[in-house]
Amino acid sequence: MFSAAAQARLAQLGLQPGRPNLDEYSATLIELARADRNIVALTSDSRGSGKLWPFAHALPEQLIEVGVAEQNLVGIAAGLAACGKKPFATSPSCFLTARALEQIKNDVCYSDVPAVLVGISAGVSYGALGSTHHSLHDIAALRAIHNITIIVPADNFETREAVRAAARAQHPVFLRFGKAPMYNLHSPATRFEVGRAIMLRDGSDVAFIATGETVVHALLAAAELAERGLTARVLSMHTIKPLDTQAVLDAARRCRAIITVEEHSVHGGLGEACAAALIQAGVHVPMRIVGIPDEETVTGSQADVFRHYGISMEGLAETAETLISAI
Amino acid sequence: MTDRELEIKAVRLRKRLLQLIHYAGAGHTGGDLSCLEILLVLYNRILRIDPANPRDPNRDRYVQSKGHSVEALYVVLADRGFFPEPELESLCKYKSRFIGHPTRKVPGIEMNTGALGHGLSISVGMALAAKMDNAPWRVFTLLGDGELAEGSNWEAAMAAAHYKLDNLVAIVDHNRLQITGPTRQVMCTEPLADKFAAFGWTVRAVDGHSIPALTEVLTQPPVPAKPTCVIADTVKGKGISFMENDPKWHHGVPNANELAAALAELDAAEARLLAGS
Repeated sequence: MFSAAAQARLAQLGLQPGRPNLDEYSATLIELARADRNIVALTSDSRGSGKLWPFAHALPEQLIEVGVAEQNLVGIAAGLAACGKKPFATSPSCFLTARALEQIKNDVCYSDVPAVLVGISAGVSYGALGSTHHSLHDIAALRAIHNITIIVPADNFETREAVRAAARAQHPVFLRFGKAPMYNLHSPATRFEVGRAIMLRDGSDVAFIATGETVVHALLAAAELAERGLTARVLSMHTIKPLDTQAVLDAARRCRAIITVEEHSVHGGLGEACAAALIQAGVHVPMRIVGIPDEETVTGSQADVFRHYGISMEGLAETAETLISAI
Repeated sequence: MTDRELEIKAVRLRKRLLQLIHYAGAGHTGGDLSCLEILLVLYNRILRIDPANPRDPNRDRYVQSKGHSVEALYVVLADRGFFPEPELESLCKYKSRFIGHPTRKVPGIEMNTGALGHGLSISVGMALAAKMDNAPWRVFTLLGDGELAEGSNWEAAMAAAHYKLDNLVAIVDHNRLQITGPTRQVMCTEPLADKFAAFGWTVRAVDGHSIPALTEVLTQPPVPAKPTCVIADTVKGKGISFMENDPKWHHGVPNANELAAALAELDAAEARLLAGS
């Protein structure tokens, strides 16, 4: 995933490798479900990819397998949630949020039941498996549906806190996880609050507003830019909806330019959400939306795809320099 | 309440729902008329529910998968006292809570439905919740026969049998018509009984307009470890001569003359029932 230069920056920043967010999800869910028998994991033949085998072994009575049937997965989760259960419907995000979109819209969000939808192997996590297995639409699709919180954790800490918050939530929540091992980005004193961005680094030349597995690359780019005399603010925008509009506006007022970064189509995701917030507040600032462009996605691993589209330390630093130099 | 009293109620509620559809200028008349007796028997004889405590955790659940027949559900819920009946005159009006498909804003309604092919999966989830808690309450859902072309129904049918949900009853309002025409011509879902049986369900057939027959079939205990499908043979537009078996009344709205003619037929039917009692 990381170039040699990026690995050197990781070491320089003292970032420690963690595990895949999916493993953290699984471990946290087991911990919560042991204490609350109403927590139920649902899988659509996806307990392997969802890292839920340990859950299945530890708490078999609290796992419901529906087979390869995502519409049924979400409908069943809605029925369970309407009757006092706390379902975590876990399925590859590409299928969960496309095949079962109507169930998400009606059975979960419109009916307002406290179900948790867990989109696994999201974005381009499946890499070379191709567009059938990519979910570059999921945030856009769910943003347009009323009554669902959308959280895309960047590391194990954010994952743990997001799963706990989802377990407490009284309304629908969508959690989006990739499968790559994540670096731990946060200090122990960090507070996680749904709907509040976390500032990882401050600066005034450019603000990176990033989400999910792209956040580490933004942080590395900020360190890279510092060597070149430019300072960057880095926000982990773990909650896409409700968006921390204040953090976006503050970044635009404090920094000379904004770059959003997401493992998602450039249409309808974090970038456009931030742009809408800025424009409607009358805040005009040079801005770039970095994500997957509207084209047939290049073949390759997640790392290849990221690098190809500039979601890397080098790519983001270059985008920032180009943007700032034009001001 | 006797069979005869429920039969009289069915006639009166037919009148009321036709009036409401006329006032609202919208509604799914034909399907309302085909499922009314099913709803009356459920809400008066089968479901363990308390209109004074509509969220009792131990209540039976009813999910109307064929959500478009909501006017029939509204008049039955009003009759059972879930909310003041005159509120129904706001049906489909600006800011009304009585939307043109079922909504949880209305006391007694469990889930928001209306898109077809959703109710059976939701009901499977509810029945699983009861099983997980060893709770005695049961789940009932009403499906349309045209609706069964939605593949999600069969995902749910598989799951209900797989999880041995003998606390689940799916009733099919088998009126044989959908918006375009006869279901056999639009997309044949027959043989329905064989299909559900092949999916592992107990299947029972009933005259869906007979109060005693519906009561009898819905009070039969389930076959252990199997979900139950009740195929209720019904007539779309039942009770109004010029609406019966005519797909134009799927969501046809009676004008003033049609309403008067329909009410006259129902007045006559009520008089006959009263004379016979």
